[in-house]
Amino acid sequence: MAQSETISGRSVDTFPLLLLRHARQQGNRTAIREKDLGIWQSWTWGQVANEVRALACGLAAQGFRREMNLAIIGDNRPRLYWSFTAAQCLGGVPVPMYQDAVAQEMLFLLDNAEIEYAIVEDQEQVDKLLEILPQYPNLKHIFYDDPRGLRNYRQPQLMSYDRLREIGREFDRKDSGFFERAIGDVKPADTCVMLYTSGTTGKPKGVCHTHAGFIAAARGDVEFDGFNPSDEVLSYLPMAWVGDHLFSYAQALVAGFTVNCPESSETAMNDLREIGPTYYFAPPRVFENLLTAVMIRMDDASRIKRGLFHYFMGVAQRCGMQIMDRKPVPLLDRLLYFMGGLLIYGPLRNILGMSRIRVAYTGGAAIGPDLYRFYRSIGINLKQLYGQTETSVYVCKQPDGRAKLDSVGRPLPGVEIRIAGNGEVQVKTPGMLKEYYKRPDATAESISADGYFLTGDAGFFDADGDLKIIDRASDVGMLADGSIFAPQFIENKLKFFPYIKEAVCFGDRREMVCAFINIDLQAVGNWAEKRNMPYTGYLDLTSRPEVYDLVLKCVAQVNADLAGEATLAGSQVKRFLILHKELDADDDELTRTRKVRRGFVAQKYAPLLDAMYSGQSHCRIATEVKFEDGRRGTIEADIVIRDAKTSLHPAKAA
Amino acid sequence: MTGQGKTGDVMLSVENIALSFGGVRALSDVSFDVREGEVRAIIGPNGAGKSSMLNVINGVYHPQQGNISFRGEMRHRMDPHRAAAQGIARTFQNIALFKGMTVLDNIMTGRNLKMRSSLFEQAIYIGRNRREELAHRAKVEEIIDFLQIEHIRKTPVGRLPYGLQKRVELARALAAEPTLLLLDEPMAGMNVEEKQDMCRFILDVNDEFGTTIVLIEHDMGVVMDICDRIVVLDYGRKIGDGTPDEIRNNKAVIDAYLGVSH
Repeated sequence: MAQSETISGRSVDTFPLLLLRHARQQGNRTAIREKDLGIWQSWTWGQVANEVRALACGLAAQGFRREMNLAIIGDNRPRLYWSFTAAQCLGGVPVPMYQDAVAQEMLFLLDNAEIEYAIVEDQEQVDKLLEILPQYPNLKHIFYDDPRGLRNYRQPQLMSYDRLREIGREFDRKDSGFFERAIGDVKPADTCVMLYTSGTTGKPKGVCHTHAGFIAAARGDVEFDGFNPSDEVLSYLPMAWVGDHLFSYAQALVAGFTVNCPESSETAMNDLREIGPTYYFAPPRVFENLLTAVMIRMDDASRIKRGLFHYFMGVAQRCGMQIMDRKPVPLLDRLLYFMGGLLIYGPLRNILGMSRIRVAYTGGAAIGPDLYRFYRSIGINLKQLYGQTETSVYVCKQPDGRAKLDSVGRPLPGVEIRIAGNGEVQVKTPGMLKEYYKRPDATAESISADGYFLTGDAGFFDADGDLKIIDRASDVGMLADGSIFAPQFIENKLKFFPYIKEAVCFGDRREMVCAFINIDLQAVGNWAEKRNMPYTGYLDLTSRPEVYDLVLKCVAQVNADLAGEATLAGSQVKRFLILHKELDADDDELTRTRKVRRGFVAQKYAPLLDAMYSGQSHCRIATEVKFEDGRRGTIEADIVIRDAKTSLHPAKAA
Repeated sequence: MTGQGKTGDVMLSVENIALSFGGVRALSDVSFDVREGEVRAIIGPNGAGKSSMLNVINGVYHPQQGNISFRGEMRHRMDPHRAAAQGIARTFQNIALFKGMTVLDNIMTGRNLKMRSSLFEQAIYIGRNRREELAHRAKVEEIIDFLQIEHIRKTPVGRLPYGLQKRVELARALAAEPTLLLLDEPMAGMNVEEKQDMCRFILDVNDEFGTTIVLIEHDMGVVMDICDRIVVLDYGRKIGDGTPDEIRNNKAVIDAYLGVSH
């Protein structure tokens, strides 16, 4: 594409140069927007380049040098995105961190990344850093974007973003060639960003990417889906997550499209409607929450509206997917679908903020069949992709018109995939990580001698050449009787029910499969209200026999599905219980990306697990919980354990 | 949190206030002062006369005896509209918002006193009114941002949970840009998390806008935490006045709260 272009005789091969190119070629187009005080404020590429220049000079004036790491902590804010480029201009490495991490988690990351400089969003983050300052005195500079509440803070480490920018402008006036020289020193092989893995297994590791690698991955994506400067995205996912970094930062800089920052995380869905992005990425749970919200409102609609909705959703179920994939559809269905578009699908897309969506992606977890069908059948081009932090999420994508529910698509251009003997997917991609930060052992472990990254996922290619992922290779286990047990596969099936928010299955080297269930408060609460069933709260709901019956039906359905597949029929869920509290990242039960830490959960709730396997009908347990402000408390409950209904494999039943 | 020395001159003082409704004496001979920039609490058991005291300060009730002086201006009785014009805003124990109006519109009503344009200008939305309206809206947006209620900007107040309604009421009071803010049980009926949020907002308001705050509250933890000085009322009389530490060790206060054998 624009690879051949040059800036001052050099090809555009680093992120700072990409920014300068946009500033020159489309300096007056909008680069980024943020809703502030109720109004969408925008900055052009030219303005962004100026801001980044001042910021980079400011950081340099404060002593930030090549190969230093800059912590970036906060919600998606334009100034924080600019901080990435500013650090990169100086040959430094931006290290985004999850803004909802508690102080102690942050301490590990700061210490691991040897952070001396941090740019943070607001008082909340400043407080956290100041709290761990005595344990980590190396932190010398904290710059904050939003000064609210910080007026009386006198710590010498603190400085406002505005002041930093002023210092930068001053520095730039005195040494006007500095910025260009600094950018000139940045090499494509330099580390451009360090992203921490979620730490599903063990402590988080810092994944270092090079400019060359990440730009190649972003460029591949941009060419695959034809992104261009007229595209719009809403950036609302954590900046520390590789997905957001790729979509809102790398791809935006490669393709030159507009990034929109919502007013706050609570308003994101409203802002989505106002912006109407053309390109959208979300993990399955976001799509699920959107659908749940629509369904709940639909249940409250008038009878006529409800009738219309269900009728046309039926039509969409029948032929919507085929129309999207340009397959032949009977004329009558086509007419009905057109009518539905006017009456239902169009307005629905508008409500979801997806009227202008050209491409939507989901990934990171399996998506439910109903969910996937729903979005595609109402005309939203929702596709799946597959990739990791280590591969810049550049491995597999579903091409337009060939989207399948249970596959993650085909290898992208330049990507080589092989399946190892144990079923593990191994990948060679242009977006390959440079190394794990200060962990040569881990780097050697996960990259093979011939340059393949070992994903740790178990998968296979189907007859069409599409990749299917079933579980983590290390999680796939065996029941005592020798049948295959893929816990995540079963958990995902359970979680596809709106009433079940989270599920954890156990069974490796045991005689049967048992499951912990977390109910969804919103969905089950609504269900209870509909039945005039009074309840006092989450704990009360989880202990109701009616709720157990509800979950029992879901489990029985999953068992019936499992029974249909010969290899998995043996791993049906025999017993289950409903946990008295929601699994929470604050209690270390989930990772920050909301993946269950199975081993930890098994250990924490060992008495429950023992009770299940020893055939008891209930078990008393007290659990410690951590509140958002760091205080602790305990929840005590008597938890009922139920047997689930299992089905026979059709072949055996016959 | 208690800012020793951050408080300035006396802003409001009430002297020898006595208020009765027929035969019921709500307040007798109560005197205290409020200094510029402080957070002042009025506490006391139920029926001690706390809300009556606030109502006396902003002129809803007229005391039979005593004087109120606000910023050096002494008067026997205060009127609510004059109190508002002088920069005294308040929230109520039972939320007094317009339930059918959106959060934004509710907060806009707080700007009412600041509006200068005529009814005619407002009706056709031109010239001065247009400029004025935009300026007011900008101010309101600042407050929305300050109290972090962006997500409910367009939601009718009646549909909001209680804790948020309380926050909206605070927002409306702030919209009047008061110098003295009277809060009647701002944290009543809230859960721990909501209380903490509210405490933070109250301190932030005090800190950022320099607003002097008088609040009534039952949660002793909250009062001791965020207030500079405390007045204690019991059966309409003042039985204590001082810093949280002094109040904690005051014999009369302990007796009033824990009961005493007669």
